Amino acid sequence: MQDIDQLRVTIKQMLDSQRLAVLATQGEVRPYGSLVAFVATEDMKNLLFATTRATRKYANLLKNRGVAMVIDTRTNQTADFADAAAITVLGDVEEIADHEQQELAGIYLNKHPYLREFVESPTTALLRVDVKTYIMVSRFQNVQELHLTS
Amino acid sequence: MSLILPFEQIIEKDRPRVGGKAYALSVMAKTGARVPSGVCIIADAYRRYVRSTGIADQIRLELSRKRFADMRWEEVWDAALRIRNTFLTTPLPRQLYGDLSRPLLQRFGDAAVVVRSSAPDEDSARASFAGLHESYVNIRGKEAMIDHVRLVWASLWSDAALLYRRELGLDVSRSSMAVVVQELVRGERSGVAFSRDPNDETRAVIEAVHGLNQGLVDGTVEPDRWLLERKGGRIISHVAAVRENRVVAHEGGVGAGPLPDELKNRPPLDETDILRVYSLLLNAEKFFGASQDMEWTMKGSDLFLLQSRPLTTVANEEKDDKRPWYLSLKRSFDNLSLLRKKIEEEILPSMIAAAEQMAARDLASLTEQKLRSEIIGRVDIYNSWVAVYWKDLIPFAHGIRLFGIAYNDAIRPKDPYEFMNLLAGTGMEGVQRNRMLKDMAALVRSAPYTSDNLRERLSDDKRFQDLLLAFMARFGDLSCGTKQCSQGPDSITDLVIELASVPEDRGRYAQKDVAALERSFLAHFDGQERSHAEELLDLARTSYKTRDDDNIYLGRVKGQAIMAIDEYMRRFSKDGSISEPELKKAIEGISAPDTVPPKGPGKNMQEEGFRSKARQITGQPAGPGIARGKARVIADASDLHRFRAGEVLVCDAVDPSITFIVPLAAGIVERRGGMLIHGAIIAREYGIACVTGIPDATSLIHTGDTVTVDGYLGIVTIG
Repeated sequence: MQDIDQLRVTIKQMLDSQRLAVLATQGEVRPYGSLVAFVATEDMKNLLFATTRATRKYANLLKNRGVAMVIDTRTNQTADFADAAAITVLGDVEEIADHEQQELAGIYLNKHPYLREFVESPTTALLRVDVKTYIMVSRFQNVQELHLTS
Repeated sequence: MSLILPFEQIIEKDRPRVGGKAYALSVMAKTGARVPSGVCIIADAYRRYVRSTGIADQIRLELSRKRFADMRWEEVWDAALRIRNTFLTTPLPRQLYGDLSRPLLQRFGDAAVVVRSSAPDEDSARASFAGLHESYVNIRGKEAMIDHVRLVWASLWSDAALLYRRELGLDVSRSSMAVVVQELVRGERSGVAFSRDPNDETRAVIEAVHGLNQGLVDGTVEPDRWLLERKGGRIISHVAAVRENRVVAHEGGVGAGPLPDELKNRPPLDETDILRVYSLLLNAEKFFGASQDMEWTMKGSDLFLLQSRPLTTVANEEKDDKRPWYLSLKRSFDNLSLLRKKIEEEILPSMIAAAEQMAARDLASLTEQKLRSEIIGRVDIYNSWVAVYWKDLIPFAHGIRLFGIAYNDAIRPKDPYEFMNLLAGTGMEGVQRNRMLKDMAALVRSAPYTSDNLRERLSDDKRFQDLLLAFMARFGDLSCGTKQCSQGPDSITDLVIELASVPEDRGRYAQKDVAALERSFLAHFDGQERSHAEELLDLARTSYKTRDDDNIYLGRVKGQAIMAIDEYMRRFSKDGSISEPELKKAIEGISAPDTVPPKGPGKNMQEEGFRSKARQITGQPAGPGIARGKARVIADASDLHRFRAGEVLVCDAVDPSITFIVPLAAGIVERRGGMLIHGAIIAREYGIACVTGIPDATSLIHTGDTVTVDGYLGIVTIG
């Protein structure tokens, strides 16, 4: 188990190094999973991702803000069972307000510059996950939680 | 490409795939030295095997269970045992089997062979540690040869090798192992030789025993020793051994036996022999351009070279590096049998007597000064027994391991710890103590008292009081040996009342059919081998029982020291502290019987805006079963009496002072790891789910947390 500052650094490094996350939203009957390009804010309180408004995930989010996201370091080798780490993020999503759009889109595009056209399209929504908890799994079965308290 | 190269075909470019040992032997054979005829199974065969069977991935998973730095020696042994069992239970793919077995059969037929490791990096100056990998002597027939090749491969991941993994550069994706198979020479006299004495560069050393070399290498047979001048080989001195035993080949292996009388007075080598060994040694040194560490054997007048490798000393060994001590724990059956005699006949009786003698002294009558020297004396006595504990008692636990390996080799069970079932139920002191507590609990359960007046009524109940007195006479105050002995009989009564609240059959050892397991194990052996297997089982049972009993006896000695300290505190310390420097020093110097790291401040789990929490921690599966309950963290003896039935015991180490609450526990979580620690042994004895080797267990888990103990997988889930 790691000290809280070590844990925070480990999680931050993973958030910075990984480009994609699996997003789970709540559908009518069953959960729905999709892959999204994300970025974490410096204070780790928010994750940002973008989606067009016609998607299932967007429809789901309008009904239920609660999401889980999974970010991991797997390489699709058996060594992953030993070496890969995964973070499950729990939080609530909201669409970014106009006055914050420019700043947060900047942070997002800084990590994903190739997505400029996509993000700037009027049909795309930039969304913010208000993170409640990070759950970090390493060495296959070791699990440690980081709760955001304010 | 052939996977098997005869020595005579090995050339320099083969070195990386035949390993240091095979290469050196092939080279020496070409220079005219007599080397037992043999072949090398090249490292590619190992790679094919571990890759095609998935073993490589299993090893990777096994070794990543925990950070290596967090693993105790016993956990390293456990990991090595599990890896070994994987090799043992995974047959060679058919094609590979054919590629190896056909040429081996052709070359050796039914002749007895030696199967030895030849790791590509072993024997190089960088990583020349003796005894890291296995060798097997007197193996016969196709199946046995293949089986032992697998075992030599497995020994790439032996506990010893894992301990030196950094020095060896051990890596699942890169490391491999070649194997030497040679005809067995039934040497009549054997030994080792060093072309340079590590203590004096101008000298060479030759050691020799009657019989095979194994006795010398594992320390069972004391060798004669000659010091020679490096230049010219003049004999400087000869230290004769007390020659009593020798190791010889017997059916299916090797073993020690008494030396015939006519050899007892005869040194294994005469002067001519010594010069021949010396000259072989110098040849090897000249040829390899480095000082050599050589093994040799003589049959009649023929001198055979068994192995030659660069002589190295572990130069960078840290002062507190305990790895060499750990390696010394690996002992042979013969060596352990001698140790058993010493423990049973000398050590344990003397330890018991030491505690009894102290108990007989009347502390209340001593003056302050006398009591002070009494304390200092008792602490000294205790510390000297702790030293014996490390030197003789811990190494004796290797008997369990030795049996485990023999059992696994014979049965090849899915569960590598199945053998523990054969060792449990051996009447350990700790279990007997708990049985007496259980009898008292049964009496309370059946008594017609209500819970309001239970304690009072019990104090008037003669049958209960008789049991209580008998218990105290045998085991003393429960909290003795922990902190203070002042809790008296009331604490035992309270504990018994708590025990009585648990249904009687709970926590009984989940007996497998031990008799059937024993029969099935012994059925694998005939004749001499069978009686050896029986002896080994008997040794392991004693070893298992001693593993717990020795701590109880040691606890009694410690209890006596603590009792004297308590007496002093009561009578002569006003504010609960001790100012007299000599006394203070003695008390602070009370050794811990096992390494318990000093309590640190624990992990920081909170900072502004964030709070962290352990959710699931992986350790070692130590007692099969699953349990869920409220945690009770035991930091010191004063926590013990708060323990309630159905709680999960969370502690640093289940030592003898704690075991009496084990029958109350739903599950056990322990910081110390390994299958052979007391927590694991006691948990198995009672059939309680147990996970050991959870680093920071007592700081990450808090009393009152709901925890799930998965004793099958070694996982603890909090919340």
